[in-house]
Amino acid sequence: MSDWPILSIVTFLPLVGAALLLLINGEEATVARNSRWVALWTSGFTFLVSLMLWVNFDATTADFQFVEQADWMPGLNISYHMGVDGISVLFVLLATFLTPICILSAWEAIQKRVKEYMIAFLVLETMMVGMFSALDGLLFYLFFEGVLIPMFIIIGVWGGQRRVYAAFKLFLYTLLGSVLMLVALLAMYFEAGTTDIPTLMEYGFDYNMQLWLWLAFFASFAVKVPMWPVHTWLPDAHVEAPTAGSVILAGVLLKMGGYGFLRFSLPMMPLASETFAPLVFTLSIVAIIYTSLVALAQQDMKKLIAYSSVAHMGIVTIGAFTFNQHGIEGSIFQMLSHGVVSGALFLCVGVVYDRIHTREIDAYGGLVHRMPSYALMFMFFTMASVGLPGTGGFVGEILTLLGAFEANTWVAFFASTGLILGATYALYLYRRIIFGALTKENLKTILDLSPREWLIFAPLVIIVLWMGVYPVSFLDIMHVSVENLVNQVETAQAAAAHAAQLAAN
Amino acid sequence: MLNLGAALPEMFMAVSALALLMLGVFAGKDKAFRTVSWLAVAAQIVAIALVVMGDGGSAFYGQFSADPFAKFCKVLILIGSATGIIMAMNFAERENMARFEFPILISLATLGMMAMVSATDMLSLYLGLELQSLALYVVAAIRRDTVRSTESGLKYFILGSIASGILLYGMSMVYGFTGTTNFDVLGDTLVGGELPLGALVGLAFIFAGLCFKVSAVPFHMWTPDVYEGAPTPVTSFFAVAPKIAGLALFIRVAVGPFGGAVEDWQQIIVLISILSMAVGSFAALRQENIKRLMAYSSIGHVGFALVGLAAGTEEGVTGVLVYLGIYLVMNLGTFAVILCMRRNDRMNEEITDLAGLAKTKPLMAAITAIFMFSMAGIPPLAGFFGKFYVFKAAVDSGLVTLAVIGLVTSVVSAYYYLRIIKVMYFDEPVEGFDRNGTEMNVIMAVATIIILAFVFFPNPLMDSAAIAAASLFGM
Repeated sequence: MSDWPILSIVTFLPLVGAALLLLINGEEATVARNSRWVALWTSGFTFLVSLMLWVNFDATTADFQFVEQADWMPGLNISYHMGVDGISVLFVLLATFLTPICILSAWEAIQKRVKEYMIAFLVLETMMVGMFSALDGLLFYLFFEGVLIPMFIIIGVWGGQRRVYAAFKLFLYTLLGSVLMLVALLAMYFEAGTTDIPTLMEYGFDYNMQLWLWLAFFASFAVKVPMWPVHTWLPDAHVEAPTAGSVILAGVLLKMGGYGFLRFSLPMMPLASETFAPLVFTLSIVAIIYTSLVALAQQDMKKLIAYSSVAHMGIVTIGAFTFNQHGIEGSIFQMLSHGVVSGALFLCVGVVYDRIHTREIDAYGGLVHRMPSYALMFMFFTMASVGLPGTGGFVGEILTLLGAFEANTWVAFFASTGLILGATYALYLYRRIIFGALTKENLKTILDLSPREWLIFAPLVIIVLWMGVYPVSFLDIMHVSVENLVNQVETAQAAAAHAAQLAAN
Repeated sequence: MLNLGAALPEMFMAVSALALLMLGVFAGKDKAFRTVSWLAVAAQIVAIALVVMGDGGSAFYGQFSADPFAKFCKVLILIGSATGIIMAMNFAERENMARFEFPILISLATLGMMAMVSATDMLSLYLGLELQSLALYVVAAIRRDTVRSTESGLKYFILGSIASGILLYGMSMVYGFTGTTNFDVLGDTLVGGELPLGALVGLAFIFAGLCFKVSAVPFHMWTPDVYEGAPTPVTSFFAVAPKIAGLALFIRVAVGPFGGAVEDWQQIIVLISILSMAVGSFAALRQENIKRLMAYSSIGHVGFALVGLAAGTEEGVTGVLVYLGIYLVMNLGTFAVILCMRRNDRMNEEITDLAGLAKTKPLMAAITAIFMFSMAGIPPLAGFFGKFYVFKAAVDSGLVTLAVIGLVTSVVSAYYYLRIIKVMYFDEPVEGFDRNGTEMNVIMAVATIIILAFVFFPNPLMDSAAIAAASLFGM
């Protein structure tokens, strides 16, 4: 089995499913039903195949594994190069894990143009998986931007009231950041003669060039993460997107930025990363504190969770730029757990939204009386989001803070403050929705979780608990790769410091 | 050497156009429209075969060259004009412009373009250019019973004549200061030496004339009016073949005889390119008429293509050629869509007429969306690669600022392409369009497949473009 091109299969299988969907024709109800099943089977099967990556992954090496290389544009020395290491393999799994859940969550919520919706989601999955496994700069860029096409359609067609505004904002914001990254990629290509990521990692650009390259990549990744002050597209996109769109947006797309920092900025521009680390820390701290306060004032459930995402991603960026083992592992872990937890929170919102069709917090209250299971579920994920020990959120946060403490005490101090605020808004939200007296008329007949919804939440609960109770099974996979990354960055930084000292003498 | 064999495709085109003219006249005038059209298409397909199979080489004592560069451009031009005639047929019959002269004029214009891209002398260049222009002036005004078409033809004629005059003036200056009109001799004269000031002024005039022909800013004013006023199939032809021919000519003049003076003209091209990209993206933002929108879009695309020329390298020229190939496909596809915007047997040209197309005609909407994303340069569609190659060349030549400006304007232009998608997908439907003609469906399908598949098979186009560009620099 090992000589099968597993990565390509995982990447393009959803595309095959999308092509199959194109062939479905006939009566509307039949088409919708068949589309749902085809999409679910495709994404489910893709997830099973992607488990092969997990099973066969060799955690003792930092090398890229499951590598595939084929001629693509030989004239330009650009090849189709795929592979994963300890940093990216878990993101691939995150993407393949969340997609079937998204499709399942849209089972009843999406009633119009079901076929197109499923096609968009499967195309999106191809782009996400491809992006995390691309080992060529151009290929990476292709998938990175290709994500925008299905996302634009998903928000624009199936979104809420102001969907057009949100879709445009998402698209143009991200595109503007991305084109700067393209220029940087071209500059690297010109300098190194290749866009091959492993080669570029070893190349060693000179300091001045690193500064410019770093800024250009930062423009793209910072928008994607998103970092304050370029985060404003996120609340809009989240609020207007359909539930499944929000889940994938928070669960996977935000991680593209963080992953980009770890794949490009740190190994290829270690010196510039060191120079700009204070900038990243500052922006992240502002993001954590400011967006937590903003979240506290929100009236819209999805907007609140969206702002909390910005705050959580602030922790991620702090972790990435600590340049130490704890910080980076914490950052990756935080991304994974945030991917699952925030996705689950959006699903929680989706559950009541499907019933009452409003996201106003004031429209709810006292749900615990009618929906005890839902209250339990919501409580569980709120706690995970806050970072309760025993859930995945805790491990990521504690590791990151540990790393931050090693790097800079003040950063750790301010970041911890953010966690307190995080607990405040999350619990405040929970109290307003779940507790209190059940007074609203339309809530008096609301139904608890359906079996389908149980089926959606069950795997998420298991994963969150698993990550919290036995994080080693995830940390082991990334450990060697992160160690290698840290060494690489430290070596480069030490060499530069040495050279500077020599010059000073 | 006379070497008539090198010019076989051109001679074939000339003879076939005249033969078709005779056929049209004697076979009952406009009743023969369809026959003449299909025969003209057939003639162009034969011409493609002749171009591809031709031995190449120089002809007419150094006035004409059928090098791989010319061949590459001729194939694009012939594909563009053959498709243009096919797209025009049903439209012409419905809209009462089924004159048999139409395909013949297109053929003659194509002949002019073929001569242009093969020209290696100022005089043969001018001959080809004028044959093309005169035929196009008439085509723009072919619906002489409507004010808009006549107006657009007249505007095109007057402004085009001025541009031709400027071009000719520039040529005379170059001739006066260097004593030759031949590209090779010019190139040899200028190698290593300083460009005489007079010749430089002449070059500026030549560039101004060429900018008009490819509608680059600041010589673009005619484009929106002519595109809007001319009958839609004519517009679709204008947007494709003459653009390709003009840009090819631009490249040949810039890197051929004046290839030794890159730093002298580079800044001109950089400026024109920036202006074109900026005007193309910003002015299109508020357009309501889709043909006007396409006019500004084409101005923007010329700007992007010129980025590759600004690099002044072989790689840059390869980039431009790849860009032109992809541009051809995207534009033909988009205009096929525009020509299908018929409701109750009337043409519609407003963007809002596309509202809700995703419900009334889902497949056509999806195809249009693919064209628009591709035009905006979103990967993994073909349009992205066109931009990728030209900007890569620019960065390699150290024109990083130009690349940044260009890519930022491409984000602006993404807005109006997205707006079309928004209208189709997010807005509520209006009444559906009439049934598409079969030929339109075929054109749209082929264009879509090429745009989608380019990412998997980029090499045929890239390799032939590289060979074409190499032939230009190998001289």
